[in-house]
Amino acid sequence: MSSEEGGMTDTTEKHEHDHEMPQQGAISDFGIDTTSQSTGEAVRDYWARVRGGELGSLPALLGLVVLLVVFSALSPTFFTLGNLANLLQQGASITIIAMGLVFVLLLGEIDLSAGTASGVTAAVMALHLINDGNLLGGMGDTVFYVFCGLLVLAIVLASVMKIWAGAVLSAIALVIAAVGIPANAWLEMLLAICVGAAIGSITGFLVAKVGIPSFVVTLALFLVWGGVVLQFIGDGGTLGLRDDTIFNVANGNLNFVGSWALFVIAVGGYAAVVLTRHFSRLRKGLVAQPTSLVLGKIGALTVLAAVITYALSLNRAQSNLVIIEGVPYVVPLVLVLLVIGTFVLDRTSYGRHVYAVGGNKEAARRAGINVERIRMSVFVIASSAAAIGAIVYSSKVGSVDPNAGAGNTLLLSVGAAVIGGTSLFGGKGRLRDAVIGGAVLAIIQNGMGLLRQPAAVVFIVTGLVLLLAASVDALSRRRAATAAR
Amino acid sequence: MSEPILELRGINKSFGPVHVLHDIDLDVHPGEVTALVGDNGAGKSTLVKCIAGIHPTDSGEVLFEGRPVHIKGPREAAELGIEVVYQDLALADNLDIVQNMFLGRERTKGGLLDETDMEQAARKTLASLSVRTVKSVRTQVSSLSGGQRQTVAIAKAVLWNSKVVLLDEPTAALGVAQTRQVLDLVRRLAEQGLGVVLISHNMNDVFEVADKIACLYLGRMAAVVGSKDVTHGQVVELITAGRSGDLGIARPEAATI
Repeated sequence: MSSEEGGMTDTTEKHEHDHEMPQQGAISDFGIDTTSQSTGEAVRDYWARVRGGELGSLPALLGLVVLLVVFSALSPTFFTLGNLANLLQQGASITIIAMGLVFVLLLGEIDLSAGTASGVTAAVMALHLINDGNLLGGMGDTVFYVFCGLLVLAIVLASVMKIWAGAVLSAIALVIAAVGIPANAWLEMLLAICVGAAIGSITGFLVAKVGIPSFVVTLALFLVWGGVVLQFIGDGGTLGLRDDTIFNVANGNLNFVGSWALFVIAVGGYAAVVLTRHFSRLRKGLVAQPTSLVLGKIGALTVLAAVITYALSLNRAQSNLVIIEGVPYVVPLVLVLLVIGTFVLDRTSYGRHVYAVGGNKEAARRAGINVERIRMSVFVIASSAAAIGAIVYSSKVGSVDPNAGAGNTLLLSVGAAVIGGTSLFGGKGRLRDAVIGGAVLAIIQNGMGLLRQPAAVVFIVTGLVLLLAASVDALSRRRAATAAR
Repeated sequence: MSEPILELRGINKSFGPVHVLHDIDLDVHPGEVTALVGDNGAGKSTLVKCIAGIHPTDSGEVLFEGRPVHIKGPREAAELGIEVVYQDLALADNLDIVQNMFLGRERTKGGLLDETDMEQAARKTLASLSVRTVKSVRTQVSSLSGGQRQTVAIAKAVLWNSKVVLLDEPTAALGVAQTRQVLDLVRRLAEQGLGVVLISHNMNDVFEVADKIACLYLGRMAAVVGSKDVTHGQVVELITAGRSGDLGIARPEAATI
């Protein structure tokens, strides 16, 4: 009996303790750090952060609105359903490559080879498809053995650095290449991503372990992979991708039910995640945004998503002979990558360590973080994302040519990340920056095209927008530096 | 007096031909602030790095809670409960206070970061140290003042239930008010029962917070004295000449690096 009673009092005491310590104790000591803000406070806080140089995606979002208004006013075809859907499909590949680059930029590094590396993965994918799995025949003996040798090298390097994802993906690429499984669209896409991971393992090792500045490593590899694409495809050749599955990645649409299912999953998932976190914070007595503001955000997003889904599920074909309707496949693709990537960056230790290494390498090292491993891993992520981007742009064009991934693919991708608000100095940036920046660039390219501007003007304008974004980054950084202390 | 939590016995350390530490003995007691003073190059930082496992010692023994230990790296020191707060603060500017305090040792639940748990723990720790100067534990470190940063770095050590905290010149770059805050914090660490080692150049700071003063002179432990038993001048003499009256090394003129 007595022991039972003792146990009882013990638990109640513990219970009280748990309840009171964090709430009462902490609140009295942080007078300003109260549990719930009013809407006005939340807005003032946000404004103070913006004035302090933490602009985030704000300039890019404003730019996006301005561009939408300007082009809609100037071109009658710009704000049509057909063109807006087209816009999503045009911008997707750049956006996906940019999302991978955000990881690299977060460390203050750069990957100049992401463009041509994506070209290599596209070429391997096309070779596998055209030769029905016989890469040896498609590449020729010497090239094939060198290719396999590099995959083995990638496996070894990734294993040495304990980046198991890189090692496993490289091993899968080696198996697919060596076994010669007959062509299958899904297999080819997997192969492309795995080759991307292998490329990233090599790049990352050279940067992180050997210690060559990433600018030099990736500049050299930019040329190397450009040459490899040329070798795979041959001068003046083009590898056609005649496969419905691959074609549909960038050109197909979800059906009516699928489109609305996507809407429900996306909005419902967002609401569930945001509300769970919000109420768990409130329950534990931590600072939270006002509930009305959180609900307002969810409501606004729901309405916006519903309008877009409705519009995209209407028939947008130009002629009466065909019906084009539904949300393009690239939308769920980009959303899934965005959600996974954001989750990794915000909610896992790995993501936290990426930010820490980008902010202060020495502090991260002293905190016991394996800095070399983090630095190598971001290149694996960037190259794998570049491979997914490659699948999308090859699908859009329907073929792979020797210039795949060359030209301004890379520059537009880096541009997308930076325009969206990712800092080139490292430590600052979010994955959604790439999406917003990618949208800005896609609109510029698309809108200027509709206005029949010559390529010269399009290049100059795109370049100037990028310059503007980089200036905003540098100036807001300076402002943040002076605002501190 | 309580048992020492950390004991050093005859620690020697050379960098090539330079013999930096000669037979150093030092006891660190829980609930006490031990100031480690000495001129530039006397070996203060080297001694701290030896304890923290950054430099391996050549000979000598380290006892932690009475047991001999061999600390081979910062991680092992941290696992024992020895935390070092370095002169150049090891904080990431782009992360907030909570994220910095848990850096490298994040709490997770089901593989995901447990933000609310970490935030509560961080607030509890800061509150227990009576830190009131920080507006919110979610403030980015880049917008904190030097003193606040130092506070966060020290609070980080407390959060990990450390038993010994080594502070390498925590007030070196701070203004008057901020120095005040940090010294108060150092005192509170000792009151919570931690063994605190404070490296400092500032005699005022030392006499204000230290219970015991250990003077290094050219890599030798010149004297370990109670701060109430000596005067300002005696400590300065010990630092500059290795000897003051009866205190200090017998023949300091013979001491060489």
